[in-house]
Amino acid sequence: MTTTTEAPRAVDVAGSDEIDERGRLVVEIGVGGTTVTVGIFRFRGELRAYENVCAHQGGPACQGRVVQRVREKLDESRRSQGLVFDADSMHVVCPWHGFEYEVATGRHPGRPDYALRSFPVQESGGRIRVTV
Amino acid sequence: MTATDPARTTPAVRRLPTQEITTRTDSREILANARRDTERYGLDDYFIVDVDSHHVELDSWPEILTYLDSPVMRDTAEQMMRNWPNAARLALHNHSPGLTMQDVSGRIPHQAALAEDTPDTTSGAHRDVTLVQRAMNAMSIDVQVVFPQPMLETGLHPQPEVATALLQAYNRWFAAEVLTREPRIKTMLGLPFENPDACLETIREFADHPGVIGFLVTSQRHAGVHRNAYMPVYAELERRGLPIGFHAGPNQSDTMTSTMNKFLSAHAMSFVTCNMTHMTNWVINGIPERFPGLKTIWIESGLAWVPFMMQRLDHEYYMRQSDAPLLTKPPSHYMREMYYTSQPMEWTDDALLASTLRAIDAPNTLMYSSDWPHWDFDVPGRIAALPFLDDHAKRNILGETARKVFNLG
Repeated sequence: MTTTTEAPRAVDVAGSDEIDERGRLVVEIGVGGTTVTVGIFRFRGELRAYENVCAHQGGPACQGRVVQRVREKLDESRRSQGLVFDADSMHVVCPWHGFEYEVATGRHPGRPDYALRSFPVQESGGRIRVTV
Repeated sequence: MTATDPARTTPAVRRLPTQEITTRTDSREILANARRDTERYGLDDYFIVDVDSHHVELDSWPEILTYLDSPVMRDTAEQMMRNWPNAARLALHNHSPGLTMQDVSGRIPHQAALAEDTPDTTSGAHRDVTLVQRAMNAMSIDVQVVFPQPMLETGLHPQPEVATALLQAYNRWFAAEVLTREPRIKTMLGLPFENPDACLETIREFADHPGVIGFLVTSQRHAGVHRNAYMPVYAELERRGLPIGFHAGPNQSDTMTSTMNKFLSAHAMSFVTCNMTHMTNWVINGIPERFPGLKTIWIESGLAWVPFMMQRLDHEYYMRQSDAPLLTKPPSHYMREMYYTSQPMEWTDDALLASTLRAIDAPNTLMYSSDWPHWDFDVPGRIAALPFLDDHAKRNILGETARKVFNLG
């Protein structure tokens, strides 16, 4: 048996108060000789955890800018009325090349098959646990 | 061992000191994930030459301007730096305001600035070398060809005399202050292309300087590269065995791009059409027939345009041979004998990319380039990961072809 075959386990990574609404925490978790870096995000109360590796070229996607999705507003005649932020969608942007991922899904908004690797995350008793 | 095995060690959890990467983050930390590719593909075992990367010369601008030859020009620069509120690092330069859109509103911080700490550096050049070394080490690069950034816009300068003077000052500064500090750094120096005589003088002054491995035509797209005045320039480069590179550059004021309201649109078109224009004049006017020993490199315009141009020019040539009487072979033949840098490699369709690489004979003509620290840079793992290339081809692209083209030993 090698260290890479260890069964997944829930790892206590932080207290609940360490990730605010629209906040993020990036941690390195060392398990049995291997290390995985995970970004945990909170949006509308829900937590999501993703590996800090962009689907594009492997950049540190979870350490990028967290920003609302940009949309283009059209009027009833489909004329552009300019750009607006969408408060209903939070993105994290890979700082290497700008690949954006919707925090709720971990997917690129224009190419959903480009996605961050996700991990189960639970919150109870004021603690946050990520299963890796 | 199971999940409930008490013998399992407790996982170590470490909060990363940098939660968000900004312009202040150390390059080594920004690029830390490149190490994953190095380990996965064994890149430490490859000779990797990065044929297109950049340093930020405006950080050292006052130092560079002291290298201006003309006392009048130097005085103009000094007065600009002293009196204009924002000209301390832009005096005499034709920096295009549209280029500040490149970082996608702060989403790609390293494009805007590498503002990290470099303790113990004593000058702008020393700091530049430190930043280049950090990037090279992080990406397992053995030799890096370093170019300026805003200076690449010099080919679009509204005053050719100023452009020539700036290039001369920059070239002297770079050769004296940067190349002497790190032998792994090489460069192709920019030619003041508006002035063919000054091009020749530039080649003669720097051709034998250690670290100078070729010369560059930068960003300009208004001078036909086939003009008779340039023939002595090409002859001199051919005679010396030094390559000429065409480094494309964007310009949102070109006839076509001036209709475009997004940086994405202008960037996608402008780099490519810049080199398409030169390639067309270069081939159709038979420059490869006139200077068969001149190595020609097409830089920072991606690859997808090349098979398009091969087909387009061949198609026209077969019907209009008398328009291109110097050619003894179809245009695509000459194009296949030139060299191309890889970045930004269009990667979104494996089949199309494989076809492109086949069309350009990539194992013998393609050279890896990162374009670091630009927003669309490519890590070496990009080449190593290509599923349709064998190891020999990957080694050539990552460094062995560059070793031959630049006589790197």
